[in-house]
Amino acid sequence: MVHVAYLMLLLPLAGFLVLLTVGRRVGDPVAGWIGTAAVGGSFVVACIVFAGLVGLPADQRLVVHNYYTWFASGGLSVPVGTQVDPLSMTMCLFITGVSALIHLYSIGYMKADRDYSKFFVYMNLFVFSMLLLVLANNLVLTFVGWEGVGVCSYFLIAFWFERDAAASAGKKAMIYNRIGDAGFLLAIFLIFFKTGTVTYESGPGGGIFGQLSHLGGGTATVVVLLLLLAATGKSAQIPLFNWLPDAMEGPTPVSALIHAATMVTAGVYLLCRMNPVLHLTAHGMTVIAVIGTATAFVAATIACAQQDIKRVLAFSTVSQIGYMMLAVGSGAYTAAIFLMVMHAFFKALLFLGAGSVIHGLEDEQDLKRMGALRRYMRWTTVTFSIGWLAIIGIPPLSGFWAKGDVLDNAFAHYPGLWVVALLTAVLTAYYMSRLEVLTFGDEPRWDTVGPHGEPAHHTPHEAPLIMLVPLVVLAVLSLFGEVINLPWAHTHSLNSFLAPVFSADQYVDGLTTTRQWVLGLADAVAAVVGAVFAIILWRGAAVDKPAWEPAFLQRVWYWDDAYDLVIGRPSQRLAVFCAWVIDGRIIDGAVNGVAHLAKVTGTAARRLQTGYARNYALGIALGMALLVAFMLSRTWWG
Amino acid sequence: MSLSGAWYLGLSAIVFTIGAIGLLVRRNVLIMFMCIELMLNAANLTFVTFARMLGDIGGQAVVFFVLVVAAAEVVVGLGIVVTNFRRRATTVADDLDALKG
Repeated sequence: MVHVAYLMLLLPLAGFLVLLTVGRRVGDPVAGWIGTAAVGGSFVVACIVFAGLVGLPADQRLVVHNYYTWFASGGLSVPVGTQVDPLSMTMCLFITGVSALIHLYSIGYMKADRDYSKFFVYMNLFVFSMLLLVLANNLVLTFVGWEGVGVCSYFLIAFWFERDAAASAGKKAMIYNRIGDAGFLLAIFLIFFKTGTVTYESGPGGGIFGQLSHLGGGTATVVVLLLLLAATGKSAQIPLFNWLPDAMEGPTPVSALIHAATMVTAGVYLLCRMNPVLHLTAHGMTVIAVIGTATAFVAATIACAQQDIKRVLAFSTVSQIGYMMLAVGSGAYTAAIFLMVMHAFFKALLFLGAGSVIHGLEDEQDLKRMGALRRYMRWTTVTFSIGWLAIIGIPPLSGFWAKGDVLDNAFAHYPGLWVVALLTAVLTAYYMSRLEVLTFGDEPRWDTVGPHGEPAHHTPHEAPLIMLVPLVVLAVLSLFGEVINLPWAHTHSLNSFLAPVFSADQYVDGLTTTRQWVLGLADAVAAVVGAVFAIILWRGAAVDKPAWEPAFLQRVWYWDDAYDLVIGRPSQRLAVFCAWVIDGRIIDGAVNGVAHLAKVTGTAARRLQTGYARNYALGIALGMALLVAFMLSRTWWG
Repeated sequence: MSLSGAWYLGLSAIVFTIGAIGLLVRRNVLIMFMCIELMLNAANLTFVTFARMLGDIGGQAVVFFVLVVAAAEVVVGLGIVVTNFRRRATTVADDLDALKG
């Protein structure tokens, strides 16, 4: 059953092609159903392949299939092939599952949009690219998927491109990702240069993981740092994280699918996929852990002061991916994947819930203009609240276990980073509770005219059924998703399933059971402290608390301003210099100078043309005389 | 008695010089034409002289060509002069300076 893995790729691709050709004609809502069916079919195939893979003995759960050779040149041979193993199937299952739910939700959310069918064209292409990224059996094909999701992200961020902010956000995402992609390309070049192959496990040259001895010395560290650069771009980590909050200009289902659940975890996936190389370099691992922790903390502080419901969630995503990076840096890949899957559930749920709120409140995104929505949007409130409790890590919801795994492993490897990560957990609880209270709690603030003259809204309405179904499914998954990796069942869980890929049972890590209980208790206390503090602080009618929303945090630690100062303005000055000095003076000067020279010589030479025949005749006579003199001189003295 | 070839060549040089100087110093187009004729005929005289001195008929033959060309030149040249006189009522060469740069 494993050999049908290619169908997973072909179904969304077929959906993309069908929608591309007839999408506009069939329109709303048939186009949406076609897109959803394609991705849903892909999910069914993923389940079949997964069942087939589980049916194999644990040490044979690696099925590589090369379909054809894309190109071969010298020693380089790039096959188009799939690699079905526990890691790629774990990814495929949650990608196709969450994608199918979000496609379903989009049928309702995008209703009556002018480019309804185009939305699903991009979404199906995105799912195809993401699956290609995950299923590819070599780095080059992974890079194709990597670029594919990048370009779909660009299309979908700038989906409402008539809005200047959306168009700019799309460009920003594209440019930040380009920087990361350069790192990815250099890593591929270096790996091929050293090992002579780009495939992971087998195939021509035996695969990278069979050639690790060639990556000795500092090479592995350089490779890992380049891959980390790629990951910081795609997964929005320091220093390339600023594009993700701006990406919220896209439609909310896009934010849920691409900028929370799937695409932004591609960097984490890449590092997990390359884990044998990561093992070669302790320094590289430390850098990954530090970057992850720093990002988690910085993004969490920023999220505390944002007013836009989607921006809070965006910074929360950045922060959570920071946790995943911390796990990768601790060598706890399983914990990273576990958090990635759980995060996909509860963050998709939160975004879709936010979309439902925005939908119900006539596109209002300002937290300060919400409130009391629990009375009007019961289903959204209940499901969103489950997501809220999950992300802040209240036991026994999924987030508690996933984040607990990460923190346990961080404690075992980097106690210093563990302190920061725990502090981040408090902040997470704080900003998410603030969001929850401001949105659903207390009294309405949307029924009056806003402080900046925003008109009062009508009474909010609950989302249609088609949007509620995904919310409920994701809420159930956020509640019970942790069963795949509970600590006391770690011999029959995600942990043991992924063990062949990560070549070790990852759970133990030297932590005794008592310490695990203590650490778990610390996580729970952190969550409760943050949540209770936020609820006490933000309940009540007064929502303007400038002291708790300092400009430093609202302006994203002045990160954008710093880039503007260091890169933006000097680049602009350089461009102005090129335009006015290089182009205006030097290049135009050369061209105009040649013309001027011709003019001056022409002006001087025209004096020779008197127009008097006698002058010309004199010239002829003198010329003749000279000629004769010359010939005579040759005769006499020659 | 017969004169030596040098006399003929001397005469030819004198006539040519008269023609050349006349062409340069006179303003009247018709006079300038006559000067050109003088120069052409001086050249003809040289040809004939050398033909006689060297016993080569080629020089005399060239004279015929020169005469024909001179006749043709006069036809075209006088045509231009007449046309120009009709338009500008002048035969002064310096008035015809339309080609001045």
